[in-house]
Amino acid sequence: MSARNRELLALVPASLLLTAGFAAIFIQQSAELSDVSLTYGAGFLALCLCGHFVIRATLPYADPYLFPLVAVLACFGLVVIYRIDETLAREQAQWFVVGLILFAATLVFLRDFRVLERYRYTVAAAGLLLLLLPRVPGIGQQVNGAYLGVGIGPISFQPAEFGKIAIVVFLAAYLRDTRQLLVQGSRRFLGVTIPPLKHFGPLLVVWGGAMVMLVFIRDLGSSLMFFGGFLALLYVATNRLSFVTIGLGLFALGAWFFAGTVGHVQNRIDTWRDPFDRTLYDMQGGSYQIAQSLFAQADGGLFGTGFGQALIDLPNGSSILPAPQTDLIYAVITNELGLAGACGLLLVYLMVAERGFKIAMLAEDSFSKLLAAGLTAVFALQVFVIVGGVTKVIPLTGVTLPFVSYGGSSIVANFVLLALLLLVSDRARRPARAR
Amino acid sequence: MNRPVLRLYGLVVLLFGVLVVFTSRWTVFEAEALRDNELNRRELLQEQKIRRGTIRSADGKVLARAVPQQGDTFGRRYPTGELFAHAIGYSYTSIGRAGLERSRNDELTGRRTELVSALESILGRSNEGDDIRTTLDSRAQQVAIDALEGSGHKGALVALNVKTGGVLAMASNPSYDPNGLDDRATFAELNRDDANAPLLNRATQNGYPPGSTMKVVTAAAALDTGRYRPDSQVSGENGKVISGVPLNNFGQEDFGSVDLTFALTNSINTVWAEVGEKLGGSTMQRYLERFGFYAEPPMDYPDQQMTASGVRKRGDLAPMTSNAVDVGRVAIGQGDLFATPLQMATVAQTIGNGGVRLEPHIMAKAVDPDGRTVETVEPDKAAQVISRQTARDLTVMMKQVVREGTGTAAALEGVEVAGKTGTAELNTTGLNQPWFMCFTPEVAVAVTLERFQGGTGGTTAAPIAKAVLQALGQ
Repeated sequence: MSARNRELLALVPASLLLTAGFAAIFIQQSAELSDVSLTYGAGFLALCLCGHFVIRATLPYADPYLFPLVAVLACFGLVVIYRIDETLAREQAQWFVVGLILFAATLVFLRDFRVLERYRYTVAAAGLLLLLLPRVPGIGQQVNGAYLGVGIGPISFQPAEFGKIAIVVFLAAYLRDTRQLLVQGSRRFLGVTIPPLKHFGPLLVVWGGAMVMLVFIRDLGSSLMFFGGFLALLYVATNRLSFVTIGLGLFALGAWFFAGTVGHVQNRIDTWRDPFDRTLYDMQGGSYQIAQSLFAQADGGLFGTGFGQALIDLPNGSSILPAPQTDLIYAVITNELGLAGACGLLLVYLMVAERGFKIAMLAEDSFSKLLAAGLTAVFALQVFVIVGGVTKVIPLTGVTLPFVSYGGSSIVANFVLLALLLLVSDRARRPARAR
Repeated sequence: MNRPVLRLYGLVVLLFGVLVVFTSRWTVFEAEALRDNELNRRELLQEQKIRRGTIRSADGKVLARAVPQQGDTFGRRYPTGELFAHAIGYSYTSIGRAGLERSRNDELTGRRTELVSALESILGRSNEGDDIRTTLDSRAQQVAIDALEGSGHKGALVALNVKTGGVLAMASNPSYDPNGLDDRATFAELNRDDANAPLLNRATQNGYPPGSTMKVVTAAAALDTGRYRPDSQVSGENGKVISGVPLNNFGQEDFGSVDLTFALTNSINTVWAEVGEKLGGSTMQRYLERFGFYAEPPMDYPDQQMTASGVRKRGDLAPMTSNAVDVGRVAIGQGDLFATPLQMATVAQTIGNGGVRLEPHIMAKAVDPDGRTVETVEPDKAAQVISRQTARDLTVMMKQVVREGTGTAAALEGVEVAGKTGTAELNTTGLNQPWFMCFTPEVAVAVTLERFQGGTGGTTAAPIAKAVLQALGQ
């Protein structure tokens, strides 16, 4: 069976999952099953088929599993958001369509993705600009102390979602050139391999950038995600663990310093260490969110309470879980589907990561390898940062769960990320004579 | 560059493994602690939406039922008001739960075992709790409350089914009205009233010196060890030295040589104190524990509202083998011994049931919203306390108490009552704690009154027990 037919076949279970999910919620809401769930399922399938045909036309050799896996994630997200708030789900469905359009556009207009290499500094500048936008007076928005959103008129978006792609593209292009120099010019000093300062300089700039983000955007999660992606790329490019160690050390040093000086970061760490402290719990922007996240998960147990059964709304109409559709969506999923459902979701993400890294290994040129590995690493790290935050592995920060959380920028940006991965994949898997 | 990519994937697998470990930690391993966390209000909010089951008396009276409130939540009403306040308790989101409402919360909210609820979560969780049928008899309860109130004293009464351990009546005076208790001012006021302490369940929570009713326990130990028989000759002289201090009989009466039956019928202090001393601390301790002293009663009632009976030194339980304990005086219900009315009713139930102590229980059965009985409480043996023969001998001796001794006020027509009076002296000027405990082949009763000037068990407590026995058809 050809790669595209496998992809087509794999989309069917995703649509069935969506149909079943909506059916479960309808039964819970009105104790009767309408055929609307079938309509939703069919509509979703039609949208996915559109995406599939674009891939079929432009990238016949691309990885057949990535798109269906993402479809599963997206439909899962739609069902959970619908369960939280119907209006939000309708908006999310619209964003899903916008994402697919941008996905198709990327595939069509960026068929030779290697042109990105040439515009590396433009891309880098654009990426940095995007990241700093939320601090621009007038359009920047502050949420829970972190500057992550931008609002222009009625449209608001989170530039960091696009920024992460730009940064990875730049790093992949830059490291492709300098990786040899970084390795060969290194000297060993006290048993540690020290890279040459001349070539390492720009990378120190990246470290500085991550620190600046920590201070300006005040979001530990995003800066952890960016810097982690950077270290992953550095490691893949040079195969030197010592570089990663130095980088981690520098990041830890910076984080430790800013944790003590930036109140917002300090607060996040305190609430992470002791979420059940009475004063922290009652404090505005305190540990209420993480504590409620843990309570919701405990409520879920092994198999969860079932779709539509978790307690979200208080009798007065407000929500017991702050931001259930974005930051805490993993807690809602664990509440309703239990440990079993949460593990299933993580498994899907792990499979996406597996396909992504596989693409990196199959790719022949360094830029493609670095690009695929970097995008996958950032994607996986984003999952780790938000799920880790919700489960109290690390301090809770406001990044989205890719494809599942409510949010236009998130779903659109991640569709672009997916398009880039598929582009790399198509090129890598293309038979020699077809090139 | 493929090796580092592979290693990177390994790292991602590891990180996701950490996520799975932490998710398991919150959902399974530490879930119980999180649910019990005082900041966690989810359960209360969730349960507000559940239509709690109705609680009924054995004769079908509604004791507690759910009433719809604004939104999709439910409140609670108690149609019998003060009558069953202590036994049933209350359930409100703002102040929590007490009594049976607390101990049987799982049934009342329809919560099942893990396996069943996994199945139910697929089918959709029920929003209706199970109804509970109790063993409580509304007429006996009414008689008990009226009699306690009529006495003009604080006090408590417990009536048990001798053959099943079911609680037939549980009354504590003064009582309170559980309706509208979620009003903060009302609840705070009840809590502040230290003089009357209406929220205190005197039947289970308060230990009193049991006085001469304790002689039944001493007699049980004496006969069951084989060291004494009902006709064993003992000396009833006044002023015997017990633990180095002379002990007096009631009214300083000197009885000379008597047998054990006579000593119980006339409640001779010096006889039973000497018997207790001769049996010794460890033997007495063994029998006390078998009767249920020194442990929280195994009843379906909140632990926080029950107290273990036994000797208490500075508030802490002290075993009979301790040097600080005066075994002789404990044997006649003094010497810092404290027993709850529930404990003394259990002693009567044990003897009436051939020496087998049963676990007392208030719930008889739970019935789900579809009318199926999902849980029936069967008689549950707590301990074989004394032999069947000892129980028979003791019954004969205790019948003698009611026939011609101190407990004649409890005598009924048509059925022979076995009983024992108690009058614990709180000071030397006649302030007493009167007791009466008794049983028929079917019903065991213990009743006590607080701080009764000049009141004896035979004249004040025995008539109340008799009225309750009659209400229960004895």
